[in-house]
Order: sequence, then C-alpha cells, then structure tokens
Amino acid sequence: MNKITRRQALGTTAGALTVLGLTAAASSVATSAAATPAVSTPPGTVDEVYQGRRIQISTGGGGHHGGHHSAGQPTVRIDGRELHIMRNADGSWISVINHYETFTEPKLLARAAVRDLQGAPLVPFGGAA
Amino acid sequence: MTVRKNQASLTSDEKRAFTSALLELKRDGSYDRFVTTHNGFIMSDTDSGDRVGHRSPSFLPWHRRFLLEFEAALQRVDASVALPYWDWTADRTTRSSLWAPDFLGGTGRARDGQVLDGPFAYSTGRWNINVRVDGRPYLRRTLGAGVAQLPTRAEVDSVLAMPVYDMAPWNSSSNGFRNHLEGWRGVNLHNRVHVWVGGQMSTGVSPNDPVFWMHHAFVDKLWADWQAKHPQSAYLPAAGTTNVVDLNDTMRPWNDVTPADMLDHRKFYTFDTEPVAAASQR
Ligand SMILES: [Cu+2]
Ligand SMILES: [Cu+2]
Repeated sequence: MNKITRRQALGTTAGALTVLGLTAAASSVATSAAATPAVSTPPGTVDEVYQGRRIQISTGGGGHHGGHHSAGQPTVRIDGRELHIMRNADGSWISVINHYETFTEPKLLARAAVRDLQGAPLVPFGGAA
Repeated sequence: MTVRKNQASLTSDEKRAFTSALLELKRDGSYDRFVTTHNGFIMSDTDSGDRVGHRSPSFLPWHRRFLLEFEAALQRVDASVALPYWDWTADRTTRSSLWAPDFLGGTGRARDGQVLDGPFAYSTGRWNINVRVDGRPYLRRTLGAGVAQLPTRAEVDSVLAMPVYDMAPWNSSSNGFRNHLEGWRGVNLHNRVHVWVGGQMSTGVSPNDPVFWMHHAFVDKLWADWQAKHPQSAYLPAAGTTNVVDLNDTMRPWNDVTPADMLDHRKFYTFDTEPVAAASQR
C-alpha cells in the first residue's frame, strides 16, 4: 500500500533533511547580512526583523525537504529555523504553531508564530527536541 | 461498558482518577507517543494530497479511533476511567470548574503563557512537554485570548442541521456537516475551540494539553448527535476517491479499521445522555 511507504519514507529522511535545512539557513544568514535585501530580494521573499526575531521567506527554492507538501511552496524561517507551513485549498495558510487558524499570507503567519513563541526557538520538525 | 460523561458532572473522585491515569501514561512514556502520532498526521494531511486525520471526511472516524485507543490506555491504568467530554457551548468561561486546580488547572500567566496550577503545571515535575514544536517544556494556555468566544449552542445546532455528511472536494474547502464541524468553513466549531484554549492546543502538538481529549470527545458526541438527527444520511464518499478514505478503506496508522467500523459508537461506549434517534420517533 503506497500510503504506508510514503509515511515510512518521510519518517526515515526527516532527520537528515532537517540537518541540511539548518546548514542552509546558517549560511544564508551569513551571506545576506552583508547584502542589501531591499534591492535584491525577488518578489514574494521577505527578510525582516519582527519583535526581535528574523523572519525569512523564500519562494520557489525547491528541494529543501521531501514530501511534506507540494513543491513551489515558500520556505519560512524564524531565526534560521524552518517553520512548517501548509497552504489551504482556499489559498490561506497555517503553520504548525498556529494550526487551527488561517492567515491570508505567509508573512502574517510568520509574525503570528513570532508572537506565540515569546522568544522561544523553533525545534526541528517531528517534535522531540 | 464505558460511559462517557459530561466533565461538569464528574465527582471529585472521578476527576482524581482521570487525572491520575493521565499522569501515569505520561510517566510511562505512552502519552507522548499519542502526541507524536497526532503531529505526524497534522503535518502530512494536505488538501491536495493524501489526507486521513484532518481536513477530510475521515476526520471524525479517525479521531474516534484515536480516542478509543487512548481511552483503552487509560483503562489499563484504571479500569474505572472513561473519557469525559467538554461541552464548550455550556461551560464557556475561564471560570468553569474544568479549569479549577483540582482538574485541569487554569490559564497561563501573561509573561510566558505557563500554566501554574493544577496537576499539569510544570512545577509539579510530572508534566513536561517533550514532543514539541518550540523550545518550551511547560504546558501553556491563553484561554480566550486567541478568539474571544467559544461556539454557542445555536451555532452548533446550525451545523447539526446540515443533512449531507461531506462533499467534494473532500477537504478544507468542502461544504457539508464534517467541514463545518471541523471548522475550516462557516461558523467554525472544532478549530475555534483549539484557538480559544491557545498554547499547545493551538499547535500541531495539541494533545499535549489533556483538554484535547475532552474537546474531541465532545466533537465525537456531536457526530453521534448528527447521526441521530439524520438517520438516512451516510458517511461519504462511498468508494473510489483519490487521496481520501472512503467508507470501507482502512485508515492509517492502524490499517485494520475503516470508517464503516467506527460509525456506531455504541459498540464501544455510550454517553451519559444518548442522542434521541430521529428514527425512533417515526
Ligand atoms: Cu487532530
Ligand atoms: Cu482537534
């Protein structure tokens, strides 16, 4: 049954992919700090400091992690840690922090997560920190 | 036979037995495995892909089976325990006995949302949040902050009146009873209650808060109430639907149980007030 296979695959790769994601986040923090984001950011990307936390949203990066959701979806990071997000059929967004409340755009979703976190760091997908 | 009661009518002995069994499942590690399972489905159930636990017709039978498994675990600790339900249309304020220190404890403090009283306060050392999406190891709540009002009885009745169980595209954009009860559309029942409680209850790891089980036991009762009201209405879809659990398809993670197996709750438990079947009035 291919449903089972997909879940098993997800479970075994999550750890390795998270490590890659964090490495990528760390290097992008280092490089973009020297750049001028206002000039060079492509449409849909966000790089802002909100309530003392760095929110980065990049679109169409692709391949950052396997299988959670459809390709071409933006990647949202808070202080370099990826926030798991999901697009609803009506175009609204939810995250694993605000899972039962919809937001019209990823930036608002990320800001809501920052408010909820009250300074706490995100932990890698899958729970047990 | 298990009888699920309204939490408001539990005796202090029943409350103590329930919270003690929860603490024992937490101590022996089995509690956290339920949280992990739930978050796995929260993250993988999508509107355009495979969906089982949420945003799909099987939201109701999946959570019925999930609660049955959890209740069986509680009963292995204490055979007298049954899951209570929280009727949030009736007990709708932060002053409800539900949130008293002898039961679930109250809302969190302003600074960090931490619950400070009751059996699940972090300071007891017996309720650490281990399966988590952020660094905080303590139970949090912000009762009534994320949304001001819990659903009313009239709002519940407006959803119970919907005659069709679910509709294509069988996801968060569907019309019909299931999606209105789940809350992605319309007056918003189930989702809104998660937001009202706040803290872990508004996240993918919502079963970290014991109120999760009592919220879902009431959502489950509303399904039974709806069935009694609409005896001619069936679970849908019946067969052949991509990415969706049809009536006789098995559900992950158990793979040996179908929505059809879950339709009649009386095979497993009854409620203190069973819905009066519309059929018996004919
Ligand atoms: Cu759920
Ligand atoms: Cu829920």
